[in-house]
Amino acid sequence: MNEHTVKSYEEELALLDKKIAQMGGLAEQLLGQSLAALEKRDPRLAEDVVQQDRQVDGFERDIEEQVISMVARRQPMADDLRHIISALRITTDLERIGDLAKNIAKRALAIADESHPKPLMSGIHHMVELALHQLKEVLDAYAERDADKALAVWRNDAQIDAMYNSLFRELLTYMMEDPRNIGISTHLLFGAKNIERVGDHTTNIAETVHFLVRGFNIADDRPKDDQTSSTLISGT
Amino acid sequence: MLKMPTLDVQTNAAAAGTETKVFANDVNVYYGEKHALQNVNVNIPDRAVMAFIGPSGCGKSTFLRCINRMNDTIPIARVTGKIVIDDQDIYDKSLDVVQLRARVGMVFQKPNPFPKSIYENVAYGPRIHGLTHSKTDLDEVVQSSLEKAGLWSEVKDRLDEPGTGMSGGQQQRLCIARAIAVNPEVILMDEPCSALDPIATAKIEELIDELRQNFCIIIVTHSMQQAARVSQRTAFFHLGTLVEEGPTTEIFTNPKDKRTQDYITGRFG
Repeated sequence: MNEHTVKSYEEELALLDKKIAQMGGLAEQLLGQSLAALEKRDPRLAEDVVQQDRQVDGFERDIEEQVISMVARRQPMADDLRHIISALRITTDLERIGDLAKNIAKRALAIADESHPKPLMSGIHHMVELALHQLKEVLDAYAERDADKALAVWRNDAQIDAMYNSLFRELLTYMMEDPRNIGISTHLLFGAKNIERVGDHTTNIAETVHFLVRGFNIADDRPKDDQTSSTLISGT
Repeated sequence: MLKMPTLDVQTNAAAAGTETKVFANDVNVYYGEKHALQNVNVNIPDRAVMAFIGPSGCGKSTFLRCINRMNDTIPIARVTGKIVIDDQDIYDKSLDVVQLRARVGMVFQKPNPFPKSIYENVAYGPRIHGLTHSKTDLDEVVQSSLEKAGLWSEVKDRLDEPGTGMSGGQQQRLCIARAIAVNPEVILMDEPCSALDPIATAKIEELIDELRQNFCIIIVTHSMQQAARVSQRTAFFHLGTLVEEGPTTEIFTNPKDKRTQDYITGRFG
């Protein structure tokens, strides 16, 4: 790709990518830390995540402002237009991912004093690991302008959904075994739902990257495998 | 009056120009030794605006001038290939060029009203082409042309004043009124707004949008934003060839050719 005749335009586009990379890195970090806070029952780490989410919000505002100013001043066309609009879309998804990590951290705070059921915790652990992997892949796909990689991430979201479905069932069963488990199970259930939502935002980013690179949207319907809205385990 | 914003850009583009008005097949233009335009093939739809874009010297104006045989006036110019308007080959030997130029009107970069009154500027064409039979007829044509050009309310009380005394934007609209007075089918516009301020430009663009209901309009412009705003189809020329032609929304969001992409995003080397 040739460079723009106007150098400062080129620099602004590069700056936009740099900010997205930093913001994405921060979102990844928060998600990882929220898991650690949950697993280690570390209230200080959890508090840290809640505080750092403000930085993610700051990135969003900053990127938004830059995008608005670039649209107004540069009247971007073609791939530049897709680039700038994609950055705007991605920053919104990353901001939501930051929020979700913050929510998980808050749950970690709430249940720090409870005993954590091991099999359930390992389920959550695997979900976060996969979600983190997906997020990293999609940020790489953006940086490398790799539509195939984005498409792979998009397809892979079904795995997170499957894990969430099975965790959902396990948690219901766990609650039925002993009503005293309901408190912690509910918090863990919300935590798992948050991770599932991280997966969905990651998928959105994958769609955006595909649009950015190829110039059209992914044609298929996204595989949506979250079945919990229709799942019920009867107690009788 | 408030107008509801319309979001039917796509449908407009799809609905516009289903019928081909101007058809070019393997058009080549030589200026002496210089091969200025090479093998241009394009269908230009009726009742739509087609924009020609491209860097200076790319051949877009040269091609525009082929469509009303303006290149005939340049002694060293030679045109080969075929241009057909409504099944009629306009380079046919038997064709009357004066008649052709009545069918294919033109508006230039710099407003060029005749040094005559506003009325005479518009009346001149219909009179020499014998389109009207009485003074009343002619008055009507002048009024309706000025109305279509969005100028009537501004000039109706001073039709006897010289056309050259108006503002640049008004002069340009006068030239458009003059062009449509002879009831053409195709209107060629070569950079019609480049000498105008933004308000006058907006008025001309609004006018172009209205005129496309009835005419086939072809506009050459250096302003990509203008091409994006006013046209339904866009053709990109580079180094004497037509590189890419397609729906305007596609050309400006997802062009197929790298040269088009480089040009419209400001990356030309």
